[in-house]
Amino acid sequence: MALITNYLVQGCQMLLVLLLAPLLTGWVRMLKARLLRRRGPSVLQPYRDLFKLLRKEAVLADSASWLFRVVPYLIFAALWVAAALVPTFAGGLLFSWTADLIAIVALLGTARFFLALAGLDVGTSFGGIGSSREMMIASLAEPAMLMMVFTLSLLAGTTELSSVARFMLTAEVGLRVSLGLALLALVIVAIAENARIPVDNPATHLELTMVHEAMVLEYSGRHLALIELSASLKLLLYLSLLGCIFVPWGIATTELNPTAYLIGVGAYLLKLAVGGLLLALFETSIAKMRVFRVDQFLSAALMLGLLGTLLLFVSRSL
Amino acid sequence: MSLLLLLILSMVLLAIGVYAIVASRQEGGSRRVYGTTLVVCGVLLTLALTHLLAGHEPITISLPLGLPWLGAHFRLDALAACFLVVVNLGGTIASLFAWNYGQHEQTPERVLPFFPAFLAGMNLVVLADDAFVFLFAWEFMSLSSWALVMAHHQDPANARAGYLYLVMACFGTLALLLAFGLLAGPGGGYDFATIRAGTVNPGSAALILVLALLGAGSKAGLVPLHVWLPLAHPAAPSHVSALMSGVMTKVAVYGFIRITFDLLRGPVEWWSGGLVLALGGISAVLGVLYALMQQDLKRLLAYSTVENVGIIFIGLGLTLAFQANQMYSSAALALTAALFHVFNHSLFKSLLFLGSGAVLTATGERDMERLGGLIHPMPWTALAFLIGAVAISALPPLNGFVSEWLIFQAILISPELSQWLLKFLVPAVGALLALSAALSAACFVKAFGITFLGRPRSPAAAGAKEMDRCSLTALFVLATLCLLAGVLPGLVVDGLAPVVGLLNGGAQLTTQHSQPWLTLVPVVDVKSSYNGLLVLLFIVLSGTVVAFLIQRLASDRVRRGPAWDCGFPDASPATQYTAGSFAQPIRRVFGSIVFQARERVTMPPPGDLGPARLEIELRDPVWERGYVPIAHAVVAASTRFNYLQYLTIRRYLSLIFGALVLLLLGIVLWR
Repeated sequence: MALITNYLVQGCQMLLVLLLAPLLTGWVRMLKARLLRRRGPSVLQPYRDLFKLLRKEAVLADSASWLFRVVPYLIFAALWVAAALVPTFAGGLLFSWTADLIAIVALLGTARFFLALAGLDVGTSFGGIGSSREMMIASLAEPAMLMMVFTLSLLAGTTELSSVARFMLTAEVGLRVSLGLALLALVIVAIAENARIPVDNPATHLELTMVHEAMVLEYSGRHLALIELSASLKLLLYLSLLGCIFVPWGIATTELNPTAYLIGVGAYLLKLAVGGLLLALFETSIAKMRVFRVDQFLSAALMLGLLGTLLLFVSRSL
Repeated sequence: MSLLLLLILSMVLLAIGVYAIVASRQEGGSRRVYGTTLVVCGVLLTLALTHLLAGHEPITISLPLGLPWLGAHFRLDALAACFLVVVNLGGTIASLFAWNYGQHEQTPERVLPFFPAFLAGMNLVVLADDAFVFLFAWEFMSLSSWALVMAHHQDPANARAGYLYLVMACFGTLALLLAFGLLAGPGGGYDFATIRAGTVNPGSAALILVLALLGAGSKAGLVPLHVWLPLAHPAAPSHVSALMSGVMTKVAVYGFIRITFDLLRGPVEWWSGGLVLALGGISAVLGVLYALMQQDLKRLLAYSTVENVGIIFIGLGLTLAFQANQMYSSAALALTAALFHVFNHSLFKSLLFLGSGAVLTATGERDMERLGGLIHPMPWTALAFLIGAVAISALPPLNGFVSEWLIFQAILISPELSQWLLKFLVPAVGALLALSAALSAACFVKAFGITFLGRPRSPAAAGAKEMDRCSLTALFVLATLCLLAGVLPGLVVDGLAPVVGLLNGGAQLTTQHSQPWLTLVPVVDVKSSYNGLLVLLFIVLSGTVVAFLIQRLASDRVRRGPAWDCGFPDASPATQYTAGSFAQPIRRVFGSIVFQARERVTMPPPGDLGPARLEIELRDPVWERGYVPIAHAVVAASTRFNYLQYLTIRRYLSLIFGALVLLLLGIVLWR
């Protein structure tokens, strides 16, 4: 019985992240529009876009190879698996031991690797611009993220995410300098990895500012739908990660009954809503950076993460 | 008995080398040589693997060869067996690849005799059980590989590479010679059994460790001793490059492990761990940054070897640091990680070098700026190269990730180290390792993307043909092994357990294959776990289900058309991103600090139709700060003492007499 419940919870989580991801994107877009005093599209617009794209035929460039057609499925699968391993409403997921936090970071790296390759596949200048910039950003964002992981796992004594979340709920965590540094690092990485302002602008097609959009420029139809859905999943994943590590309250960990799950889902939705609001506020209040300022922004994250880890190597109580 | 068989087979390899002198002039001789080498290496591989997996006791043998008062000692223990597996796996696959590839060789008489001899040399280094045999085999390995580097000696760049390699190889052997001298002590017991039984005082132990690091590190390509490697490895034919990068650097690592962990049984100072860690971290990051700046595919791969050797030495440095603090269970984890990476790197680096050989045969080009679009004519080579690229970029679910994951786990259990310097050094090296992993992903997006994707940048790339079945088999055997080691890491860790136990005072990781779902749980009470099999399964499953659903329920129509490119598709492939432009953001971010990278654009004056020029200037910090001053000093000293060449016989005799008196005085004072 317990096993069936576990499978059920894991299955629910997989479906939940998949269904919620476009909603979150729509929510952020709507908030941004409202903040700019536009009416903006409905929250459900991303779903409509996805269905429209899925029904359309895919146009492939003449020079596209088999890799170009496989990559959308691969990226989607990698991100879905990664998102399903981050506790959202319930901790202690059935397969949480499959991949720890380092492996989740690396799984995101796999998705990025293939997306960058897809950008180079058709052989256009825009694809190349996107890929090379994306890899530059990743070369700083990924170590920063890993340093954040180091800080957390030194505190929690493990890199397994469910255990980390459970540890963060206990009283012995308290307020720590290292956790503050890790939070800041993770927020910066999340902004960069999700191609948000000030690193990239998800809403433009202006070549000087494009990173992610330039890479996926040649995609259309169902392939584009999958890429868009993967991008939404990635945003959801980072918000869930921030939620389960730094605001773990409400996650069902000990008492596993329907009420606890309901509370967990409610808390999760609330976290996403607040996270989306903060993101929209941040994005509307700041200007896009030059590409070669991004490395300073991200180096700051890397240094913060390293500082957090160093503090813990010096003393476990910091 | 199996040791004697291994020795005989190594001698057979030598004999094949001798036979190849004749065979290289005959029709089909190349196939006979590579075919027999393949069989012999295959048998050697099987024997070594059985010894390792069956967990046999060490076997020793001494033969009345070599120095009359010493004889020749050989020994097969778990460590030797483990590296024999690496050497002969590489040898088997390289021979298989060369079965057809070797026929493209224009000067077979310069390659064929040395190829089996090189393999024999590497086998003998690993089997050696006294300093004389070890150094003899080491030099034999160096010289035979030098001959292979010089196979195309007409190219002045290759001749220069060969010269530099020879100088560095001599330096390395000198360091090892001194290390063995110190190990043997004044008694002169040069066989390893005597060395193991004796003890060395802490001062000598430190000196031995530094000398071993210099000797083995110069062969393995540790920064700052790496300068010869990116010149020499690409100069050889590609199947030999695969052996040099994938296997010979591992033999160098073996030398370091044998001396520091096995022979040097004295007290290990904690700072030695710190030294190795720091060198490893610097090598990892500098190696991959150098690699990112390259346009030559094979040179990029060679620089990436420097990076991976750095990663291996990070693992070894952690092991030393843990052992110095008597934390043997943590040391077992770090050592397992290092050995796992040795195995992994031998797989994917051989794969990538063989892939570059395939590209070289198909197009005649190594310069990535003249390649591109090879995935269309060479889909299978591209797939194998892609698997190698993903594996070396430390991405799950392939094998490169597992070893780096293990090193990260080892770093995370190291705050208990008691020395303050290590407390600061270990997280910093962790950050360097993370940085090098991310940069190597960028590097291999570039290597694969510019070479195989996009549109062909030259007629040679457009007219490429797929490799033959035999070479493809070699590539796919390696690719499959990369995948298997990635999804079933527990089995590899279990295979390495006897080696770790041998070198780590009996402490080794817990048995992994009994874990549910073959999960990797290196340290039980930390609970961190990784399961490559399930990750792969989940990705494949969800990807297939989604693909099936979309094709069924939504749309499966495809239309081909010209590229969109934001409405400005340009017909010329020259508008694509090139290797240089792909690396530009990273060059600006990291290269401006490390290489003092400068870019200069020269625009033609208005009205002039000439092209604009972009010049990129990179300075090699290691070469300019380290080697050039040394070279200047040597030249200055030799000019200074030049007059000694033109003395009369009287002066020479008095010089000799003076030297003799000085040496005797030295001995008297030392006694």
